[in-house]
Amino acid sequence: MKNGSFVQVRLPSELGYEKVAMSTAASMASLMGFSADRIADLKTAVAEACINAIEHGNQLNNSLSVGVVLSTTDDQLEVKVIDDGSGVRDLPAAPDIDRKVLGEEDPRGMGMFLIQSLVDEAEWHQGPPGKSFVRLVIRLDKENQ
Amino acid sequence: MQATTKVTHRTATAVSGSSVAILAFSGDISSASKEVILGEYHRLDGSASKVLLDFTSVEYINSSGIAIIIQMLLEAGKSSSHAFGIFGLSPHFQKVFTMVGINKYAALYPDESAAIAAL
Repeated sequence: MKNGSFVQVRLPSELGYEKVAMSTAASMASLMGFSADRIADLKTAVAEACINAIEHGNQLNNSLSVGVVLSTTDDQLEVKVIDDGSGVRDLPAAPDIDRKVLGEEDPRGMGMFLIQSLVDEAEWHQGPPGKSFVRLVIRLDKENQ
Repeated sequence: MQATTKVTHRTATAVSGSSVAILAFSGDISSASKEVILGEYHRLDGSASKVLLDFTSVEYINSSGIAIIIQMLLEAGKSSSHAFGIFGLSPHFQKVFTMVGINKYAALYPDESAAIAAL
């Protein structure tokens, strides 16, 4: 794959369409030579980022779309997921399974934790409508670690 | 746009001789799966004290789907009615379930025979 390749996808703000972004990211990662387990990590992280954008950023509003921008360098794949929300102000605490099973914490709310755990970089940027995004990166040099 | 979830229920016998309920999922497990998964769990009678969740035919799981499994564990904990095991997860989702901590409340097995042998 050529260094600096760039792919953009726009998703309807409807749950289920995150799979389109997953497939696209997996195809690009495969072309770059990432291993199957790293691609599985990326797919889950991209799915969770898109679900957050669809549900929380765009509030399931069908008139809005979620932008997914994938770009490569020699050694990394970057995925930006862009929505029309105001962005994430504070990152939630890591999920506490004991509190969840006791009913003291919402069973949901694990998406951002999974994203942070599965990719090499994850950062959330606040912006005006259409400018808030999460940026995910996986690096080829982590493949053999 | 979300794909459907199917749940089938069958019964097996553990090495100890006790009855084991197996809930086998197929399709996707996401927020849209809540009613079908919890509904099938609620229909289990009290004859089996152990429940195995079979993910062998699951094509996609997201965090909302994992939350449904946690909801099931929460309900089981309240009633002290069932011990849980899970099998058929891909290596990736074995890792994800472990990251989240589900393995603390439901042992993870590679396949049905390993799960039945351990019960």
